Amino acid sequence: MTIEIRASAFDPYAELRRYQEQLLGNRGQAGATASFVGTMRDVNENEPVRAMTLEHYLGMTEKHLERIVEEAMRRWEILDALVIHRVGELQPNDPIVLVAVWSAHRAPAFEACRYLIEELKTRAPFWKKEQRPQAAARWVAHNTPAAEKRSR
Amino acid sequence: MSIQIKYFASLRERMGRAEDSVPADQARTVADVWARAAGGRPIPPNTLIAVNMEYADLNRSVRAGDEVAFFPPVTGG
Repeated sequence: MTIEIRASAFDPYAELRRYQEQLLGNRGQAGATASFVGTMRDVNENEPVRAMTLEHYLGMTEKHLERIVEEAMRRWEILDALVIHRVGELQPNDPIVLVAVWSAHRAPAFEACRYLIEELKTRAPFWKKEQRPQAAARWVAHNTPAAEKRSR
Repeated sequence: MSIQIKYFASLRERMGRAEDSVPADQARTVADVWARAAGGRPIPPNTLIAVNMEYADLNRSVRAGDEVAFFPPVTGG
């Protein structure tokens, strides 16, 4: 498993390809790759957002991301997992987070991937501050609850 | 020996500083740490707490060398 906090822009699709090619120990075992890419939107709560700053708690973030991945690896039969999360200055459409899970079959891959992103959003200490074109910068108060997203 | 304090995000801005420390003999719990550091200001609703990078609550006991962090709800991902 690999967990990385990145201070500069990254290409999640290139990272996925690179990681997949490096799965040498498990070559041939993975029948499923599930991935989630979160990107920055240019609007939030009906207001335009021009840029965003992501802050984190160095040390605690890594510790809890590792724990979340370990939990997923105990709960599902997964071969490997990759988590990359941005910090610093972001522009709209910039990737914020990549979560990817490799497994023999699709069910554990999908389920573990969903688990990783949802737990990351509620437990990993990151904070977003939005820069707005016509108003003061504001801290995002809370994430959209998972239940709300599931009900759509 | 002291207890180290960290503030993050909106709480850091509200406090006007990223770090503090209080003498260990002046705080038995996280609530005491906040009271000493914040000079009587109430803790904002929804504030999260970590002691040595593990989530904790105001009743958690603290001792010399501990790192106590206060921060708003997390918004990563």
